[in-house]
Amino acid sequence: MGRVAIIGVGQSAFVRAYPGSLRELAFEAFKEAVEDAKVKPGEIEASLICSAPEYDRQRSPAGVIAEYLGLIPQPTCYVETVCSSSTTGVIMAYSMIKAGLYRIVAVIGVQKMSELSSMEVQERMGRGADIQWESPFGTMMPAYYALYARAYMAKHGLTLEDLARVRIKSSLYGQINEKAVYRKPVSMEDFLNPESRFAQLVASPLRVGDCCANADGSSCIILASEDVAKSVCEKPVWILGVGSAAEAVTMTGRPDLSEGLRVAKVAAEKAYRMAGLGPKDIDVAEVHDCFTIAEIMAYENLGFAKPGEGKELIRAKETYKEGSIPVNVDGGLLSKGHPIGATGGSQVRTIVLQLRGEAGPMQVKDPEIGLVHNIGGVGLYGNVIIMGR
Amino acid sequence: MGKGKEQDTRFARFGVVSFTAVTKVNDFIGYLQEGKLMGTRCKRCGKLFFPPRADCFECLSSDMEWFEVKGRGKLLSFAKLSYAPVGFEKVLPYTLGLLDFGDFKVFGWVSKDIPEEELEVGMEMVPRVVRLEGDRLLYEFVKAS
Ligand SMILES: [Zn+2]
Repeated sequence: MGRVAIIGVGQSAFVRAYPGSLRELAFEAFKEAVEDAKVKPGEIEASLICSAPEYDRQRSPAGVIAEYLGLIPQPTCYVETVCSSSTTGVIMAYSMIKAGLYRIVAVIGVQKMSELSSMEVQERMGRGADIQWESPFGTMMPAYYALYARAYMAKHGLTLEDLARVRIKSSLYGQINEKAVYRKPVSMEDFLNPESRFAQLVASPLRVGDCCANADGSSCIILASEDVAKSVCEKPVWILGVGSAAEAVTMTGRPDLSEGLRVAKVAAEKAYRMAGLGPKDIDVAEVHDCFTIAEIMAYENLGFAKPGEGKELIRAKETYKEGSIPVNVDGGLLSKGHPIGATGGSQVRTIVLQLRGEAGPMQVKDPEIGLVHNIGGVGLYGNVIIMGR
Repeated sequence: MGKGKEQDTRFARFGVVSFTAVTKVNDFIGYLQEGKLMGTRCKRCGKLFFPPRADCFECLSSDMEWFEVKGRGKLLSFAKLSYAPVGFEKVLPYTLGLLDFGDFKVFGWVSKDIPEEELEVGMEMVPRVVRLEGDRLLYEFVKAS
């Protein structure tokens, strides 16, 4: 059975409020990916539209978007695992091509969150948790990650300064990523000064500076079978391994919070096994840093660091561009912003550009193998994708 | 459980804001009303569930009995919220916590009576039922005496 390649990638700028409709936003990433892949929309045999529901008025947005992009009468459908929707889409597209049903599939991630107030967004985020047993207590995303952070810090001696270090690294690359929503520098002083906005508590111990911002944005990844990829694409990026997992929604059903996210561990194990590779083989990675603590946990769950030693990587700057395992050198969610359904596709795009040597000022030196870690909800869903040249 | 053909919507009374009214484990609310925090035990395989479930995923039995959450739990984590979702602004700030009872865990509020400085991971706490405005019911954790 042939391999599956990524032949085109695209991403809109991630912005606070996109001045257009959902389908117009989707068009931005799609156009870039189609031009990159050098295929025509009519040659795309199926599309997957990935987003989190409830942010748009449009019900069943897949059909509307597929029509706007010129992707009918080819089949389309909606794919949803909240924040990991578009990597779920990539893994489904991989399977569709691997099964021999389709040769070229487009995965379009899109989210327009700006039509809702930040509070309304938080209400919807809260209902991403168990609405029967936990939402009645007033839960929301930062609070759940704060529970992970507290448990982790108590067990492993991680400090608030370590969390700030993750954001400081992120901001370094956010400044050079033209598509990021947050492009200002961030210093330790921003966290230490109690008057600073970054130092304000959201859900203790997490502060404003520990949280990514909502954004509007779109991403598009075009996948193809080996024969198509070899004929149309000069630098195909091959999918070497994929892994996915799901977790209990409720915190009561979770293993030890100080060990990070089980979905990431399980998905990574599967992806490494399939690729025949291990953590040491990864040259560049994109991890789901919706909160600073999430990046530290990802280091460990992906095997870049031993349990409890994730902090050493950031302290030693090993996850900087020049370090032994560069992570989120595009600014990550913390700087790029987090347009839920578009985020995973943006991570995949970054790794594809890195492996092609086209990442511009963010380019890591000559990477051969890259990894994406994309999490849906608070570790509810997890996807890991390993790619190579 | 229900009265005749009337829907049993007691679950609508759970929490500051509830998002669902009808469940097969609505007696949970009846027990809260009596001041008891209850989970369910599968009568076939003995598995304990908190929060309570009507169906066992282990052996697929739906033959359940209630048990009371008693004794001390260990505080696994906690987080004090400075921002809240819609509908919860009026109860800010509040603290969420997770207690470990060994066979099961309980997620809930940490009592506002305890200053945050006195909370620490690993401390022993016990749950207690609280009545909120508008005949609503919730539970929270207080220090084990
Ligand atoms: Zn059972």
